[in-house]
Amino acid sequence: MDAKIKETLLNPIFKGNPITVLVLGICSSLAVTVELKGALVMSLSVIIVTGLANFILSLLRNTIPMRVRIIVQLVVVAMLVILVDEILKAFAYPVEKQLSVYIGLIITNCIVMGRIEAFALGNKPFASLLDGLANGAGYGLILVIVAFFRELLGSGTLLGARIIPESFYEAGYMNNGLVILPPMALILIGCIIWVQRSLQKDLQEK
Amino acid sequence: MEENTNKPGLFEKGGKLWFLHSTIDAFDTFLRVPATVTSRGAHVRDAIDIKRVMIMVVIALVPAAIFGMWNVGYQHDLFNGDLPGLFDKFWFGLLKVLPLFVVSYVVGLGIEFASAQIKGEEVNEGYLVTGFLIPLIVPVDTPLWMVAVAVAFAVIFGKEVFGGTGMNFLNPALLTRAFLFFSYPSKMSGDQVWINGLPDGVSGATPLTHMLDHSGDVATGLENMPSVSDLVIGTIPGSVGETSIIAIALGAILLLWTGIASWKIMLSSVIGALLVGWLGNVFGVTNVPAYYQLLLGGFAFGTVFMATDPVTSAQTECGKWIYGFFIGALCVVVRLFNPGYAEGMMLAILLMNTFAPLIDYVVTSRAASARAKKGQIA
Repeated sequence: MDAKIKETLLNPIFKGNPITVLVLGICSSLAVTVELKGALVMSLSVIIVTGLANFILSLLRNTIPMRVRIIVQLVVVAMLVILVDEILKAFAYPVEKQLSVYIGLIITNCIVMGRIEAFALGNKPFASLLDGLANGAGYGLILVIVAFFRELLGSGTLLGARIIPESFYEAGYMNNGLVILPPMALILIGCIIWVQRSLQKDLQEK
Repeated sequence: MEENTNKPGLFEKGGKLWFLHSTIDAFDTFLRVPATVTSRGAHVRDAIDIKRVMIMVVIALVPAAIFGMWNVGYQHDLFNGDLPGLFDKFWFGLLKVLPLFVVSYVVGLGIEFASAQIKGEEVNEGYLVTGFLIPLIVPVDTPLWMVAVAVAFAVIFGKEVFGGTGMNFLNPALLTRAFLFFSYPSKMSGDQVWINGLPDGVSGATPLTHMLDHSGDVATGLENMPSVSDLVIGTIPGSVGETSIIAIALGAILLLWTGIASWKIMLSSVIGALLVGWLGNVFGVTNVPAYYQLLLGGFAFGTVFMATDPVTSAQTECGKWIYGFFIGALCVVVRLFNPGYAEGMMLAILLMNTFAPLIDYVVTSRAASARAKKGQIA
Protein backbone atom coordinates (compact mmCIF):
# COMPACT_ATOMS: atom_id res chain seq x y z
CA MET A 1 0.00 0.00 0.00
CA ASP A 2 2.81 2.35 0.93
CA ALA A 3 4.57 1.79 -2.37
CA LYS A 4 1.31 2.33 -4.19
CA ILE A 5 0.74 5.68 -2.48
CA LYS A 6 4.27 6.71 -3.34
CA GLU A 7 3.69 5.72 -6.96
CA THR A 8 0.40 7.68 -7.08
CA LEU A 9 2.13 10.72 -5.69
CA LEU A 10 5.39 10.66 -7.64
CA ASN A 11 4.38 9.35 -11.05
CA PRO A 12 2.48 12.51 -12.14
CA ILE A 13 5.34 14.75 -11.08
CA PHE A 14 7.94 13.33 -13.43
CA LYS A 15 7.37 10.04 -15.27
CA GLY A 16 3.75 10.70 -16.17
CA ASN A 17 3.74 14.48 -16.02
CA PRO A 18 0.45 15.81 -17.38
CA ILE A 19 2.11 18.53 -19.46
CA THR A 20 5.33 17.00 -20.72
CA VAL A 21 4.22 13.40 -21.14
CA LEU A 22 0.44 13.47 -21.57
CA VAL A 23 0.64 16.90 -23.27
CA LEU A 24 -2.50 18.19 -21.53
CA GLY A 25 -3.17 21.69 -20.26
CA ILE A 26 -0.84 23.32 -22.80
CA CYS A 27 -3.17 26.24 -23.51
CA SER A 28 -3.23 27.64 -19.99
CA SER A 29 0.47 26.94 -19.48
CA LEU A 30 1.24 29.29 -22.38
CA ALA A 31 -1.13 31.95 -21.10
CA VAL A 32 -0.28 32.30 -17.42
CA THR A 33 3.50 31.86 -17.41
CA VAL A 34 4.58 35.40 -18.27
CA GLU A 35 5.23 36.05 -14.60
CA LEU A 36 6.20 33.69 -11.81
CA LYS A 37 3.59 35.03 -9.42
CA GLY A 38 0.69 34.30 -11.74
CA ALA A 39 2.07 30.84 -12.45
CA LEU A 40 2.33 30.05 -8.72
CA VAL A 41 -1.24 31.15 -8.02
CA MET A 42 -2.51 29.26 -11.05
CA SER A 43 -0.64 26.14 -9.98
CA LEU A 44 -2.08 26.33 -6.49
CA SER A 45 -5.60 26.78 -7.86
CA VAL A 46 -5.26 23.79 -10.17
CA ILE A 47 -3.80 21.62 -7.39
CA ILE A 48 -6.79 22.41 -5.17
CA VAL A 49 -9.35 21.91 -7.92
CA THR A 50 -7.94 18.61 -9.22
CA GLY A 51 -7.46 17.25 -5.71
CA LEU A 52 -10.91 18.13 -4.40
CA ALA A 53 -12.70 17.26 -7.65
CA ASN A 54 -11.06 13.83 -7.64
CA PHE A 55 -11.97 13.36 -3.98
CA ILE A 56 -15.62 14.40 -4.27
CA LEU A 57 -16.28 12.44 -7.44
CA SER A 58 -14.59 9.38 -6.04
CA LEU A 59 -17.01 9.57 -3.09
CA LEU A 60 -19.91 9.84 -5.52
CA ARG A 61 -18.58 7.30 -8.01
CA ASN A 62 -20.97 4.48 -7.11
CA THR A 63 -24.08 6.66 -7.10
CA ILE A 64 -23.57 8.55 -10.38
CA PRO A 65 -25.42 6.97 -13.32
CA MET A 66 -22.84 6.40 -16.07
CA ARG A 67 -24.92 8.17 -18.71
CA VAL A 68 -24.96 11.54 -16.95
CA ARG A 69 -21.54 11.39 -15.31
CA ILE A 70 -19.96 14.16 -17.42
CA ILE A 71 -22.66 16.61 -16.35
CA VAL A 72 -22.18 15.68 -12.71
CA GLN A 73 -18.42 16.05 -13.04
CA LEU A 74 -18.82 19.46 -14.65
CA VAL A 75 -21.11 20.64 -11.86
CA VAL A 76 -18.61 19.61 -9.21
CA VAL A 77 -15.60 21.07 -11.04
CA ALA A 78 -17.44 24.29 -11.82
CA MET A 79 -18.42 24.70 -8.19
CA LEU A 80 -14.80 24.25 -7.09
CA VAL A 81 -13.49 26.66 -9.69
CA ILE A 82 -16.01 29.31 -8.70
CA LEU A 83 -15.02 28.85 -5.07
CA VAL A 84 -11.33 29.26 -5.92
CA ASP A 85 -12.11 32.30 -8.02
CA GLU A 86 -14.14 33.94 -5.24
CA ILE A 87 -11.38 33.29 -2.71
CA LEU A 88 -8.79 34.80 -5.01
CA LYS A 89 -11.01 37.82 -5.63
CA ALA A 90 -11.30 38.31 -1.90
CA PHE A 91 -7.66 37.84 -0.92
CA ALA A 92 -5.51 38.29 -4.03
CA TYR A 93 -7.44 40.62 -6.27
CA PRO A 94 -4.54 41.96 -8.43
CA VAL A 95 -3.37 38.45 -9.32
CA GLU A 96 -6.93 37.34 -10.03
CA LYS A 97 -7.28 40.33 -12.35
CA GLN A 98 -4.06 39.41 -14.13
CA LEU A 99 -5.02 35.75 -14.58
CA SER A 100 -8.43 36.97 -15.81
CA VAL A 101 -10.34 34.23 -17.63
CA TYR A 102 -7.76 31.53 -17.03
CA ILE A 103 -8.95 30.80 -13.50
CA GLY A 104 -12.46 30.27 -14.85
CA LEU A 105 -11.06 28.17 -17.66
CA ILE A 106 -9.69 25.60 -15.19
CA ILE A 107 -13.11 24.01 -15.76
CA THR A 108 -12.03 23.17 -19.29
CA ASN A 109 -8.51 22.09 -18.29
CA CYS A 110 -8.05 18.62 -19.71
CA ILE A 111 -6.11 17.50 -16.67
CA VAL A 112 -9.07 17.94 -14.30
CA MET A 113 -11.58 16.00 -16.37
CA GLY A 114 -8.92 13.54 -17.48
CA ARG A 115 -7.98 12.54 -13.95
CA ILE A 116 -11.64 12.23 -12.90
CA GLU A 117 -12.41 9.95 -15.82
CA ALA A 118 -9.19 7.97 -15.65
CA PHE A 119 -8.69 7.69 -11.91
CA ALA A 120 -11.40 8.98 -9.57
CA LEU A 121 -14.22 6.92 -11.04
CA GLY A 122 -12.34 3.69 -10.38
CA ASN A 123 -10.48 4.30 -7.14
CA LYS A 124 -11.07 4.96 -3.47
CA PRO A 125 -11.46 8.60 -2.26
CA PHE A 126 -8.10 8.89 -0.46
CA ALA A 127 -6.08 7.57 -3.40
CA SER A 128 -8.07 9.84 -5.73
CA LEU A 129 -7.33 12.87 -3.60
CA LEU A 130 -3.61 12.08 -3.74
CA ASP A 131 -3.74 11.49 -7.48
CA GLY A 132 -5.50 14.80 -8.05
CA LEU A 133 -3.07 16.73 -5.88
CA ALA A 134 -0.06 15.08 -7.50
CA ASN A 135 -1.30 15.79 -11.02
CA GLY A 136 -1.96 19.38 -10.11
CA ALA A 137 1.56 19.56 -8.70
CA GLY A 138 3.05 18.04 -11.85
CA TYR A 139 1.24 20.67 -13.89
CA GLY A 140 2.35 23.38 -11.48
CA LEU A 141 5.98 22.29 -11.59
CA ILE A 142 6.19 22.80 -15.35
CA LEU A 143 4.33 26.10 -15.06
CA VAL A 144 6.79 27.38 -12.51
CA ILE A 145 9.84 26.30 -14.54
CA VAL A 146 8.50 27.97 -17.69
CA ALA A 147 7.45 31.10 -15.80
CA PHE A 148 10.87 31.30 -14.13
CA PHE A 149 12.65 31.54 -17.48
CA ARG A 150 10.03 33.76 -19.08
CA GLU A 151 10.03 36.31 -16.29
CA LEU A 152 13.82 36.25 -15.91
CA LEU A 153 14.61 36.62 -19.62
CA GLY A 154 11.56 38.65 -20.61
CA SER A 155 11.37 41.16 -17.78
CA GLY A 156 14.63 40.68 -15.87
CA THR A 157 12.69 40.11 -12.66
CA LEU A 158 11.54 37.23 -10.46
CA LEU A 159 8.32 37.60 -8.46
CA GLY A 160 8.51 41.28 -9.35
CA ALA A 161 11.98 41.81 -7.84
CA ARG A 162 14.74 42.96 -10.19
CA ILE A 163 17.29 40.18 -10.68
CA ILE A 164 19.34 41.34 -13.63
CA PRO A 165 21.34 44.33 -12.36
CA GLU A 166 21.03 47.82 -13.81
CA SER A 167 24.67 47.70 -14.92
CA PHE A 168 23.81 44.95 -17.41
CA TYR A 169 21.26 47.20 -19.07
CA GLU A 170 23.73 50.04 -19.18
CA ALA A 171 26.21 47.73 -20.87
CA GLY A 172 23.68 47.10 -23.64
CA TYR A 173 21.69 44.14 -22.37
CA MET A 174 18.02 44.13 -23.32
CA ASN A 175 15.05 42.09 -22.21
CA ASN A 176 13.92 39.59 -24.79
CA GLY A 177 10.49 40.55 -26.13
CA LEU A 178 9.90 37.20 -27.78
CA VAL A 179 9.96 35.37 -24.44
CA ILE A 180 6.92 37.38 -23.38
CA LEU A 181 4.98 36.09 -26.39
CA PRO A 182 3.24 32.68 -26.19
CA PRO A 183 5.30 31.00 -28.98
CA MET A 184 8.43 31.11 -26.82
CA ALA A 185 6.52 29.47 -23.95
CA LEU A 186 5.72 26.61 -26.29
CA ILE A 187 9.39 26.34 -27.28
CA LEU A 188 10.38 26.34 -23.59
CA ILE A 189 7.93 23.52 -22.89
CA GLY A 190 9.44 21.75 -25.89
CA CYS A 191 12.87 22.13 -24.29
CA ILE A 192 11.62 20.65 -21.01
CA ILE A 193 10.17 17.69 -22.93
CA TRP A 194 13.52 17.39 -24.75
CA VAL A 195 15.45 17.26 -21.46
CA GLN A 196 13.00 14.80 -19.91
CA ARG A 197 13.09 12.47 -22.89
CA SER A 198 16.85 12.41 -23.02
CA LEU A 199 16.92 11.48 -19.33
CA GLN A 200 14.11 8.94 -19.60
CA LYS A 201 14.87 6.66 -22.51
CA ASP A 202 11.65 4.64 -22.31
CA LEU A 203 9.65 7.70 -23.42
CA GLN A 204 11.46 7.88 -26.75
CA GLU A 205 9.55 6.56 -29.73
CA LYS A 206 11.36 4.16 -31.99
CA MET B 1 45.21 5.80 -48.55
CA GLU B 2 47.37 2.71 -48.65
CA GLU B 3 45.56 -0.44 -49.64
CA ASN B 4 47.86 -3.00 -48.08
CA THR B 5 48.20 -1.97 -44.46
CA ASN B 6 45.53 -3.20 -42.12
CA LYS B 7 46.14 -0.55 -39.53
CA PRO B 8 43.46 2.17 -39.69
CA GLY B 9 44.52 5.80 -40.05
CA LEU B 10 44.33 8.21 -37.17
CA PHE B 11 40.90 9.52 -38.15
CA GLU B 12 39.51 6.42 -39.84
CA LYS B 13 37.14 4.00 -38.23
CA GLY B 14 38.96 2.22 -35.44
CA GLY B 15 41.68 4.88 -35.31
CA LYS B 16 42.60 6.75 -32.19
CA LEU B 17 40.92 10.02 -33.06
CA TRP B 18 37.88 8.53 -34.83
CA PHE B 19 35.57 10.57 -32.63
CA LEU B 20 36.85 13.70 -34.31
CA HIS B 21 36.37 12.37 -37.83
CA SER B 22 33.42 14.58 -38.78
CA THR B 23 35.29 17.72 -37.82
CA ILE B 24 38.42 16.64 -39.68
CA ASP B 25 36.37 15.57 -42.66
CA ALA B 26 34.62 18.93 -42.81
CA PHE B 27 37.93 20.79 -43.06
CA ASP B 28 39.54 18.18 -45.30
CA THR B 29 36.84 18.48 -47.95
CA PHE B 30 36.16 22.18 -47.42
CA LEU B 31 37.35 23.37 -50.79
CA ARG B 32 38.28 20.07 -52.41
CA VAL B 33 36.35 17.25 -53.94
CA PRO B 34 36.64 14.21 -51.68
CA ALA B 35 38.65 11.37 -53.18
CA THR B 36 36.30 8.70 -51.86
CA VAL B 37 33.60 7.81 -54.37
CA THR B 38 30.87 5.22 -54.39
CA SER B 39 32.13 2.33 -56.45
CA ARG B 40 29.09 0.13 -56.89
CA GLY B 41 25.70 0.68 -58.44
CA ALA B 42 24.51 3.12 -61.06
CA HIS B 43 24.98 6.79 -60.21
CA VAL B 44 24.63 10.04 -62.07
CA ARG B 45 28.14 11.46 -62.30
CA ASP B 46 28.03 15.21 -61.95
CA ALA B 47 30.39 17.79 -60.56
CA ILE B 48 27.55 19.56 -58.76
CA ASP B 49 27.12 18.71 -55.08
CA ILE B 50 25.92 20.52 -51.98
CA LYS B 51 29.31 22.14 -51.59
CA ARG B 52 29.35 23.49 -55.13
CA VAL B 53 25.81 24.82 -54.79
CA MET B 54 26.54 26.56 -51.50
CA ILE B 55 29.77 28.16 -52.72
CA MET B 56 27.92 29.38 -55.82
CA VAL B 57 25.27 31.08 -53.68
CA VAL B 58 27.96 32.72 -51.56
CA ILE B 59 29.66 34.04 -54.71
CA ALA B 60 26.30 35.35 -55.89
CA LEU B 61 25.94 37.21 -52.60
CA VAL B 62 29.33 38.93 -52.83
CA PRO B 63 28.21 41.92 -54.98
CA ALA B 64 25.39 42.70 -52.56
CA ALA B 65 27.75 42.37 -49.60
CA ILE B 66 30.41 44.63 -51.09
CA PHE B 67 27.89 47.25 -52.12
CA GLY B 68 26.27 47.00 -48.69
CA MET B 69 29.57 47.73 -46.98
CA TRP B 70 30.15 50.79 -49.15
CA ASN B 71 26.60 51.94 -48.49
CA VAL B 72 27.13 51.74 -44.71
CA GLY B 73 29.98 54.21 -45.14
CA TYR B 74 28.02 56.32 -47.60
CA GLN B 75 25.04 56.69 -45.25
CA HIS B 76 27.39 57.52 -42.39
CA ASP B 77 29.09 60.15 -44.54
CA LEU B 78 25.75 61.75 -45.46
CA PHE B 79 25.16 62.75 -41.85
CA ASN B 80 28.69 63.18 -40.60
CA GLY B 81 30.69 64.11 -43.70
CA ASP B 82 33.89 62.52 -42.46
CA LEU B 83 34.42 59.83 -45.11
CA PRO B 84 35.40 61.62 -48.34
CA GLY B 85 36.76 58.88 -50.59
CA LEU B 86 35.23 55.77 -52.11
CA PHE B 87 37.73 53.62 -50.31
CA ASP B 88 37.16 55.39 -46.96
CA LYS B 89 33.46 54.61 -47.18
CA PHE B 90 34.06 50.99 -48.07
CA TRP B 91 36.68 50.48 -45.38
CA PHE B 92 34.42 52.04 -42.75
CA GLY B 93 31.57 49.75 -43.77
CA LEU B 94 33.84 46.71 -43.90
CA LEU B 95 34.94 47.30 -40.31
CA LYS B 96 31.30 47.68 -39.26
CA VAL B 97 30.02 44.60 -41.07
CA LEU B 98 32.95 42.23 -40.55
CA PRO B 99 32.20 41.60 -36.85
CA LEU B 100 28.67 40.55 -37.83
CA PHE B 101 30.13 37.99 -40.22
CA VAL B 102 32.56 36.71 -37.61
CA VAL B 103 29.86 36.31 -34.95
CA SER B 104 27.45 34.70 -37.37
CA TYR B 105 30.00 32.13 -38.57
CA VAL B 106 31.64 31.38 -35.23
CA VAL B 107 28.35 30.79 -33.39
CA GLY B 108 26.58 29.03 -36.23
CA LEU B 109 29.44 26.78 -37.30
CA GLY B 110 30.28 26.08 -33.66
CA ILE B 111 26.81 24.67 -33.11
CA GLU B 112 26.88 22.80 -36.42
CA PHE B 113 30.21 21.14 -35.59
CA ALA B 114 29.13 20.30 -32.05
CA SER B 115 25.87 18.74 -33.15
CA ALA B 116 27.57 16.80 -35.94
CA GLN B 117 30.02 15.42 -33.36
CA ILE B 118 27.20 14.46 -30.99
CA LYS B 119 25.15 12.78 -33.68
CA GLY B 120 28.20 11.22 -35.32
CA GLU B 121 27.30 12.71 -38.68
CA GLU B 122 29.25 14.63 -41.28
CA VAL B 123 29.28 18.42 -41.05
CA ASN B 124 27.26 19.88 -43.89
CA GLU B 125 28.04 23.01 -45.82
CA GLY B 126 24.54 24.41 -45.40
CA TYR B 127 25.62 26.97 -42.88
CA LEU B 128 28.05 28.66 -45.26
CA VAL B 129 25.17 30.39 -47.02
CA THR B 130 23.11 31.02 -43.90
CA GLY B 131 26.09 32.57 -42.16
CA PHE B 132 26.70 34.86 -45.12
CA LEU B 133 23.06 35.89 -45.37
CA ILE B 134 22.58 36.85 -41.73
CA PRO B 135 24.88 39.94 -41.68
CA LEU B 136 23.24 41.14 -44.89
CA ILE B 137 19.66 41.16 -43.57
CA VAL B 138 20.13 42.92 -40.23
CA PRO B 139 20.66 46.61 -39.50
CA VAL B 140 24.37 47.39 -39.37
CA ASP B 141 24.30 48.50 -35.74
CA THR B 142 22.68 45.33 -34.35
CA PRO B 143 24.60 44.49 -31.13
CA LEU B 144 26.79 41.44 -31.64
CA TRP B 145 25.53 39.53 -28.62
CA MET B 146 22.00 39.79 -30.01
CA VAL B 147 23.18 38.34 -33.30
CA ALA B 148 24.90 35.53 -31.40
CA VAL B 149 21.76 34.68 -29.41
CA ALA B 150 19.58 34.81 -32.50
CA VAL B 151 21.94 32.64 -34.55
CA ALA B 152 22.10 30.06 -31.76
CA PHE B 153 18.31 30.01 -31.54
CA ALA B 154 17.81 29.70 -35.29
CA VAL B 155 20.42 26.99 -35.81
CA ILE B 156 19.26 24.88 -32.86
CA PHE B 157 15.50 25.28 -33.10
CA GLY B 158 15.17 25.99 -36.79
CA LYS B 159 17.59 23.44 -38.11
CA GLU B 160 19.30 20.95 -35.82
CA VAL B 161 16.15 19.72 -34.05
CA PHE B 162 14.69 18.88 -37.46
CA GLY B 163 17.78 16.94 -38.49
CA GLY B 164 20.25 19.51 -39.84
CA THR B 165 20.96 20.72 -43.36
CA GLY B 166 18.26 19.77 -45.81
CA MET B 167 15.70 18.87 -43.16
CA ASN B 168 14.74 22.33 -41.93
CA PHE B 169 11.38 23.65 -43.04
CA LEU B 170 12.16 27.28 -42.21
CA ASN B 171 14.95 29.34 -43.70
CA PRO B 172 17.45 29.60 -40.79
CA ALA B 173 18.75 33.04 -41.82
CA LEU B 174 15.24 34.45 -41.85
CA LEU B 175 14.48 32.74 -38.58
CA THR B 176 17.47 34.57 -37.11
CA ARG B 177 16.06 37.84 -38.33
CA ALA B 178 12.57 37.00 -37.10
CA PHE B 179 13.97 36.17 -33.67
CA LEU B 180 15.76 39.53 -33.54
CA PHE B 181 12.71 41.33 -34.85
CA PHE B 182 10.36 40.00 -32.19
CA SER B 183 12.89 39.87 -29.35
CA TYR B 184 14.53 43.27 -29.69
CA PRO B 185 12.13 45.36 -31.78
CA SER B 186 13.77 48.65 -30.81
CA LYS B 187 17.03 47.54 -32.47
CA MET B 188 15.40 46.04 -35.55
CA SER B 189 12.76 48.48 -36.77
CA GLY B 190 11.78 52.11 -36.64
CA ASP B 191 13.66 55.10 -37.98
CA GLN B 192 16.79 55.12 -35.83
CA VAL B 193 18.50 51.81 -36.51
CA TRP B 194 19.34 51.77 -40.20
CA ILE B 195 22.17 54.29 -40.36
CA ASN B 196 25.39 54.12 -38.42
CA GLY B 197 26.34 57.43 -36.83
CA LEU B 198 22.89 58.98 -37.08
CA PRO B 199 22.80 62.19 -35.02
CA ASP B 200 20.20 62.34 -32.24
CA GLY B 201 16.80 63.61 -33.24
CA VAL B 202 17.28 62.92 -36.94
CA SER B 203 15.04 60.36 -38.57
CA GLY B 204 16.69 57.93 -40.92
CA ALA B 205 13.72 55.82 -41.87
CA THR B 206 13.78 53.40 -44.77
CA PRO B 207 11.49 54.49 -47.59
CA LEU B 208 9.05 51.70 -46.69
CA THR B 209 7.97 53.66 -43.62
CA HIS B 210 6.39 56.24 -45.91
CA MET B 211 4.40 53.72 -47.94
CA LEU B 212 1.14 54.48 -46.14
CA ASP B 213 1.54 58.25 -45.71
CA HIS B 214 -1.80 60.00 -45.99
CA SER B 215 -2.89 63.59 -46.00
CA GLY B 216 -6.62 63.42 -45.37
CA ASP B 217 -8.07 60.95 -47.84
CA VAL B 218 -5.26 61.35 -50.32
CA ALA B 219 -2.37 58.90 -50.28
CA THR B 220 0.92 60.80 -50.35
CA GLY B 221 3.51 58.06 -49.93
CA LEU B 222 5.12 58.73 -53.30
CA GLU B 223 6.19 62.23 -52.32
CA ASN B 224 8.59 60.83 -49.72
CA MET B 225 9.99 58.05 -51.91
CA PRO B 226 13.55 58.23 -53.21
CA SER B 227 14.01 58.37 -56.96
CA VAL B 228 13.97 55.15 -58.96
CA SER B 229 17.66 55.56 -59.76
CA ASP B 230 18.54 55.77 -56.04
CA LEU B 231 16.52 52.63 -55.39
CA VAL B 232 18.10 50.72 -58.25
CA ILE B 233 21.64 51.73 -57.33
CA GLY B 234 20.85 51.30 -53.65
CA THR B 235 22.03 54.51 -51.97
CA ILE B 236 19.21 54.35 -49.40
CA PRO B 237 19.14 53.30 -45.72
CA GLY B 238 18.32 49.68 -45.10
CA SER B 239 19.72 46.32 -44.01
CA VAL B 240 23.30 45.83 -45.16
CA GLY B 241 22.77 43.78 -48.28
CA GLU B 242 19.23 44.55 -49.33
CA THR B 243 19.41 48.03 -50.82
CA SER B 244 21.04 47.70 -54.23
CA ILE B 245 18.91 46.20 -57.00
CA ILE B 246 21.92 46.13 -59.35
CA ALA B 247 24.09 44.10 -56.96
CA ILE B 248 21.23 41.70 -56.24
CA ALA B 249 20.52 41.36 -59.97
CA LEU B 250 24.15 40.33 -60.58
CA GLY B 251 23.69 37.58 -58.02
CA ALA B 252 20.36 36.60 -59.55
CA ILE B 253 21.95 36.24 -62.99
CA LEU B 254 24.61 33.89 -61.62
CA LEU B 255 22.04 31.81 -59.72
CA LEU B 256 19.76 31.50 -62.73
CA TRP B 257 22.60 30.81 -65.15
CA THR B 258 23.92 27.97 -62.97
CA GLY B 259 20.40 26.68 -62.47
CA ILE B 260 20.63 26.81 -58.68
CA ALA B 261 17.69 29.14 -58.08
CA SER B 262 14.31 28.62 -59.67
CA TRP B 263 13.26 31.28 -62.18
CA LYS B 264 9.67 30.20 -61.63
CA ILE B 265 9.75 31.27 -57.99
CA MET B 266 11.38 34.60 -58.80
CA LEU B 267 9.00 35.40 -61.65
CA SER B 268 5.84 34.38 -59.82
CA SER B 269 6.93 36.35 -56.76
CA VAL B 270 7.34 39.45 -58.93
CA ILE B 271 3.90 38.85 -60.47
CA GLY B 272 2.30 38.48 -57.04
CA ALA B 273 3.88 41.69 -55.74
CA LEU B 274 2.91 43.67 -58.83
CA LEU B 275 -0.68 42.41 -58.69
CA VAL B 276 -1.23 43.33 -55.03
CA GLY B 277 0.70 46.58 -55.47
CA TRP B 278 -1.61 47.45 -58.38
CA LEU B 279 -4.69 46.59 -56.31
CA GLY B 280 -3.35 48.89 -53.59
CA ASN B 281 -3.23 51.71 -56.14
CA VAL B 282 -6.70 50.95 -57.45
CA PHE B 283 -8.25 51.05 -53.99
CA GLY B 284 -6.28 54.13 -52.98
CA VAL B 285 -4.33 52.52 -50.12
CA THR B 286 -1.15 54.13 -51.39
CA ASN B 287 -0.10 56.18 -54.39
CA VAL B 288 3.24 54.40 -54.63
CA PRO B 289 3.21 52.64 -58.02
CA ALA B 290 3.29 48.86 -58.04
CA TYR B 291 6.77 48.60 -59.57
CA TYR B 292 8.16 50.45 -56.53
CA GLN B 293 7.21 47.40 -54.47
CA LEU B 294 9.89 45.44 -56.32
CA LEU B 295 12.59 48.03 -55.61
CA LEU B 296 11.84 48.82 -51.97
CA GLY B 297 13.01 47.08 -48.82
CA GLY B 298 13.97 43.44 -48.80
CA PHE B 299 11.76 42.31 -51.66
CA ALA B 300 14.48 41.85 -54.27
CA PHE B 301 16.95 40.31 -51.84
CA GLY B 302 14.33 37.98 -50.38
CA THR B 303 13.02 36.89 -53.75
CA VAL B 304 16.44 36.13 -55.20
CA PHE B 305 18.28 34.62 -52.24
CA MET B 306 15.73 33.43 -49.68
CA ALA B 307 12.51 32.46 -51.43
CA THR B 308 14.53 30.29 -53.81
CA ASP B 309 16.30 28.35 -51.04
CA PRO B 310 15.98 24.81 -52.45
CA VAL B 311 15.40 23.26 -49.02
CA THR B 312 12.52 25.37 -47.80
CA SER B 313 10.74 26.21 -51.07
CA ALA B 314 8.14 24.10 -52.83
CA GLN B 315 9.70 21.24 -54.80
CA THR B 316 7.09 20.57 -57.47
CA GLU B 317 7.21 22.68 -60.63
CA CYS B 318 3.58 23.76 -60.35
CA GLY B 319 4.02 24.27 -56.62
CA LYS B 320 6.87 26.74 -57.25
CA TRP B 321 4.50 29.05 -59.13
CA ILE B 322 1.99 29.01 -56.26
CA TYR B 323 4.69 29.35 -53.60
CA GLY B 324 6.41 32.30 -55.33
CA PHE B 325 3.17 34.08 -56.13
CA PHE B 326 2.01 34.05 -52.52
CA ILE B 327 5.40 35.26 -51.26
CA GLY B 328 5.21 38.33 -53.50
CA ALA B 329 1.52 38.89 -52.82
CA LEU B 330 1.72 38.44 -49.04
CA CYS B 331 4.77 40.67 -48.80
CA VAL B 332 2.90 43.57 -50.36
CA VAL B 333 -0.27 42.76 -48.42
CA VAL B 334 1.69 43.19 -45.18
CA ARG B 335 3.27 46.41 -46.45
CA LEU B 336 -0.05 47.91 -47.50
CA PHE B 337 -2.50 46.65 -44.92
CA ASN B 338 -0.51 46.25 -41.72
CA PRO B 339 0.74 49.60 -40.43
CA GLY B 340 2.52 47.78 -37.58
CA TYR B 341 5.09 46.18 -39.88
CA ALA B 342 6.61 48.36 -42.54
CA GLU B 343 8.28 45.40 -44.26
CA GLY B 344 6.53 42.13 -45.07
CA MET B 345 9.13 40.09 -46.93
CA MET B 346 10.48 38.19 -43.93
CA LEU B 347 7.02 37.28 -42.68
CA ALA B 348 5.81 36.37 -46.18
CA ILE B 349 8.71 33.99 -46.86
CA LEU B 350 8.53 32.35 -43.43
CA LEU B 351 4.78 31.87 -43.77
CA MET B 352 5.12 30.31 -47.22
CA ASN B 353 8.01 28.14 -45.96
CA THR B 354 5.55 26.50 -43.60
CA PHE B 355 3.03 26.04 -46.43
CA ALA B 356 5.52 24.68 -48.98
CA PRO B 357 5.08 21.01 -47.96
CA LEU B 358 1.29 21.41 -48.11
CA ILE B 359 1.50 22.96 -51.58
CA ASP B 360 3.65 20.05 -52.76
CA TYR B 361 1.25 17.56 -51.22
CA VAL B 362 -1.76 19.10 -52.99
CA VAL B 363 0.07 19.33 -56.32
CA THR B 364 1.28 15.72 -56.26
CA SER B 365 -1.99 14.24 -55.05
CA ARG B 366 -3.92 16.17 -57.72
CA ALA B 367 -1.55 14.89 -60.36
CA ALA B 368 -1.95 11.36 -59.02
CA SER B 369 -5.73 11.48 -59.04
CA ALA B 370 -5.74 12.99 -62.54
CA ARG B 371 -3.64 10.07 -63.74
CA ALA B 372 -5.88 7.57 -62.00
CA LYS B 373 -8.92 9.05 -63.77
CA LYS B 374 -7.18 8.90 -67.12
CA GLY B 375 -6.47 5.24 -66.53
CA GLN B 376 -10.10 4.45 -65.69
CA ILE B 377 -11.47 5.94 -68.91
CA ALA B 378 -8.95 4.19 -71.11
